[in-house]
Amino acid sequence: MSISNARPILGESGRMIELHSRQLAAQRGFYTLLGALLLLCVVSGSLWFANETNSGKFFERLPHLFDFVEDLVPRDGMEIWRALFDLPSPYNDGSFKYNYPEGRAYLGETFYIPEYFHKMVETLNIALVSTGIGLLFGFVLAFLAARNTMPNSWVRGPVRRVMEILRAFPEVVIAGFFLAILSLGPIPAVIAVSIHTVGALGKMFYEVIENADMKAEEGLRAVGATWLERMWFGIVPQVMPNFMSYFLLRLEINVRASTIIGAVGGGGIGELLRLSIGQGHEAKTLAIVLLLLLTIVAVDQFSAWLRQKLSGDQAFNAI
Amino acid sequence: MTILNTSEMEAIAARHPDLLRLGFWQRFRVPAIALACTLYLLFAWWYFAVGKVLGEANWSIAGNYLADWVSYEIRPQIEIDADGAMRIEYPRFDPIGPNPNPDWLQTRRETVTRTIEIPAPNSANGAAAKPSSSFMAPAPQAEQQAAQARPIRETRTEEILTEAVVEIGSARTIEVHPDRVVLTRGSESVALRLDRRSGEVRADGALPSWVEQRLPGGRALAYFGVSGWAEISAERVRVRKRFLGWANFLFDTNSPFFGKPASEVATLIVSGERIQPDRSNLSLAWNNILYNSEWQHLDVWEKLLQTIVMAFIGTLFAMLVAFPLSFIAARNIFRNRPANQVAKRLFDFLRSVDMLIWALFFTRAFGPGPLAGISAIFLTDTGTLGKLYSEALENIDEKQREGVRSVGAPPVAVQRYGTVPQVMPVFLSQALYFWESNTRSATIIGAVGAGGIGLKLWEAMRTNSDWENVAYMVLLILLVVFIFDGISNALRSRLIGKERG
Repeated sequence: MSISNARPILGESGRMIELHSRQLAAQRGFYTLLGALLLLCVVSGSLWFANETNSGKFFERLPHLFDFVEDLVPRDGMEIWRALFDLPSPYNDGSFKYNYPEGRAYLGETFYIPEYFHKMVETLNIALVSTGIGLLFGFVLAFLAARNTMPNSWVRGPVRRVMEILRAFPEVVIAGFFLAILSLGPIPAVIAVSIHTVGALGKMFYEVIENADMKAEEGLRAVGATWLERMWFGIVPQVMPNFMSYFLLRLEINVRASTIIGAVGGGGIGELLRLSIGQGHEAKTLAIVLLLLLTIVAVDQFSAWLRQKLSGDQAFNAI
Repeated sequence: MTILNTSEMEAIAARHPDLLRLGFWQRFRVPAIALACTLYLLFAWWYFAVGKVLGEANWSIAGNYLADWVSYEIRPQIEIDADGAMRIEYPRFDPIGPNPNPDWLQTRRETVTRTIEIPAPNSANGAAAKPSSSFMAPAPQAEQQAAQARPIRETRTEEILTEAVVEIGSARTIEVHPDRVVLTRGSESVALRLDRRSGEVRADGALPSWVEQRLPGGRALAYFGVSGWAEISAERVRVRKRFLGWANFLFDTNSPFFGKPASEVATLIVSGERIQPDRSNLSLAWNNILYNSEWQHLDVWEKLLQTIVMAFIGTLFAMLVAFPLSFIAARNIFRNRPANQVAKRLFDFLRSVDMLIWALFFTRAFGPGPLAGISAIFLTDTGTLGKLYSEALENIDEKQREGVRSVGAPPVAVQRYGTVPQVMPVFLSQALYFWESNTRSATIIGAVGAGGIGLKLWEAMRTNSDWENVAYMVLLILLVVFIFDGISNALRSRLIGKERG
């Protein structure tokens, strides 16, 4: 502001306003600074805490950060390929590490499915079944939880609370509980992922329903339709595209979730990945990582394409 | 707007029947989709062998585990020696302490001189067992006398148990005598005779439905509903009495405050004499709570804090890194196609390599602990947030940037005053959403070794006996998730106005 030195003289009220605005600016600056300092304290405290309670210290381990890369170099590039397709390895010494054909799942005499593909299909099926179950129950619960379809708050409140608990309940616990009862296998994973999905999809669905246009429902109400008829002909056609795109988004998330649940005992590819990393089978690990990467990219692309078709340009972010 | 009347509508329908006839797909869409779903579910039923797994499942264990979430069992074991003397034993680490004398277990003690046979000659048993079947309640006394007359190895005079009554619930009792057990549940009552010589258990009448005896003469199981059950064999009666609540939640059995009512503990802490001379009672009590061997409060809280820190730091750093990178990835802001593509593919890569894979790798690099979790969340979320941010940037309004540019602002100022104010609320609200959802994911990746409460949960579940600890941790996790959910929702609705995400 050095254009002109001759400032107009402020009157009494003008000075008050100037003073006040300066005070406000100073106050704002002070609070910003305070907030930044607080954040800095929390962040550095958290980092110190994380480092302190970790079994290896950050700066000690930093030079060894890429040690695992050395453990991941296979004996030759083709090994990954052989591990992926269960082809016999020239390094086979009878140990589990190089005995790729062992995991083959034969269909008939000569045709076989490689182990990792088989397990990947299992993981995908876990995700698909549990997302389907989530869709089914979430669909029903959402109509009971949305304000415009369920005016009775005595029903709406409890349904919402139930969905919140289902969503927040740690999946590990559900998986662990059913693993104890049903023994190892994919069903505990299905149950754990489904329970979470019911809560998550239910919440998204009822928000969609609350944003639906109620005119169609009103028309049906005017001609004396029952609650079910109003929902089915008035609301469902409007919300179905959005439901489907949320379903697809959940499917993407659940493919990842079922991999993780697999790693804690739920079967599928996650378990194999954890085992092969733990045992230092480099070619197998790389093969699984490659397969997982490709599958996740493929599922994401497919679902993005389908969502684009279903709901046009309406933006749905991967939440 | 013209309004058609019915006859006009019918006329139009007659002229253009093809407009009103539904296509094949439209007509059969719903049943076709339903059929496909049903077929797929049937396939999944077969593929996962659901029927077989459910059939082989151990459902009775499930009930017990679920009950363990909110209750605990006390397991006195009444041993009946060959001469009819009884002893009550408690397993180690029983929740009611090393020297219990519970009021629900009433005993009658008598001082007798009894023999203890080390090689256990059968004749002594035989003589003792015979009269017991003809005698009723006062039998043990005579039995002891009979046993005493026999050839002996060692004779001692001591107080022994001759009768024990376990009150397992209201109107549900187990009366244990050396030669018989009377089970009462409500109005029903049954007496089981214990024949120690042959090791058989025989009922006096028909067994009620709540008493199960698989083999005639074998051990009998008596169920008393939620309040417990008992296993009766000729030499011992195992009682499981269930109590609602979490035993020893504050003080474990080694603590001097254990077993005292709350008022007494309070007076001890406020005005009592020091239990340990070198520290106040308050600090002793606090210390005892923190290092409670059963519940491990301090450890659980530390692990929970680790989980929270993992989610917080991971998301924060991901946001800080994704923020500048998303400007490079956005087509409209950084006009360099190769750079856009590189940044976007980097996001895709980080996102697609699962959080699990990152967690497993960093667990190897840093060792188990929150650093691995932070790194895993950081890398995955850098990818996800970067993708979302660059999409948000590509959808911004160009007018504001143009305006800033037209007054000759340098490129950095154009972004600062033209772009950032538009996207900042969205960016922050996305980051808050991920912060909250990562609190949940951090629990899961913890179970594969990436630190936090996940591993602790997993360990507690592995033993299959600490379900009450699991319940405690789940409660804490739910609390934290709900609090963060609330905070993040409140902040987000302030950031992006009334529309809540």
